[in-house]
Amino acid sequence: MTDSDKVLNILQKIADAIHENEQFLTDLDAAIGDNDHGINMDKGFQKVATDIPSLSGKDIGSILKRVGMDLVSTVGGSAGPLYGTAFMKAGAVVADKNEIDQEDFVSIMEAGIGGVQLRGKAVKGEKTMLDAMIPAFEAMKASCTAGDDTPSMLKKGVEAAENGVEYTKTIIATKGRASYLGERSIGHQDPGATSFTVILRAISESY
Amino acid sequence: MVGIVLVSHSEKLVSGVLDFCRLMAKECPIATAGGTSDGGYGTDYDKIKEAVSSVMSPEGVLIIMDLGSSVMTAEMVLDEFDSDTVMMADCPMVEGAVAATVEAEGGSNLLTVKQAAEEVREVSKF
Repeated sequence: MTDSDKVLNILQKIADAIHENEQFLTDLDAAIGDNDHGINMDKGFQKVATDIPSLSGKDIGSILKRVGMDLVSTVGGSAGPLYGTAFMKAGAVVADKNEIDQEDFVSIMEAGIGGVQLRGKAVKGEKTMLDAMIPAFEAMKASCTAGDDTPSMLKKGVEAAENGVEYTKTIIATKGRASYLGERSIGHQDPGATSFTVILRAISESY
Repeated sequence: MVGIVLVSHSEKLVSGVLDFCRLMAKECPIATAGGTSDGGYGTDYDKIKEAVSSVMSPEGVLIIMDLGSSVMTAEMVLDEFDSDTVMMADCPMVEGAVAATVEAEGGSNLLTVKQAAEEVREVSKF
């Protein structure tokens, strides 16, 4: 079981991981986007980190919702409404819960991805964060059903997300700023798929 | 009079479009939400929300966006308001803004202003 304090602890780890990868994510975005993904994500998660003390003792639903609001109001780029909606939808699934189990985690992921699809109107294969999110979710769901423990489930999720990132190098972007580049987007990995993988890896390393 | 909100990643872009619209629409309430709160490129949820509120009237508000997160962030702001009062136009920003502000200035209702903005998609330039 994961309680509220552990969730706050994970959020700090995510903020640290995003901070460490700020330049890397921005460099990826410089190649096929508008050169700000790392800067924007860091801005968002530093705001989250600042809010962590005030979230102590709150239920997990409220915590995730607040993370979503923070991202929407501070990120500035497309990642704001996308990750923001993901966290808000995820929060709604575990509203009022002070502890979540492995199955809740899978439900959170599912709701979050649904939020990204709703907001971005994208599907798999368009060189977006969904190309890491969907395989990661599917791997974790299968792992959970197979009876794996949380650490193994998360490891499998990270592995699938990493493969998803590799896959984005091979396809043409058809959504977002990168879509203007057409075929020139091939060979570059998607910054959003990468930031999602950084987040999931930080979660996995917390177990 | 219907209010118009212009949303972009760039503050310069929307303030330029606003000036340009003012050549023909002197009275129509127009607000801009360009760039992030720290002066960078990007879109800001609170800025858009404040812009909508600043031109709000019973006649309603039409939001005109450029691309990417402007659209997504405007969509999130839309959830905060009544769907009959605040709407988004699916149109190119400059042409749509000129069409919408002129239509609003003439006293048309929100749906007609939205339609005027969206009709510019069908107009060939040459």
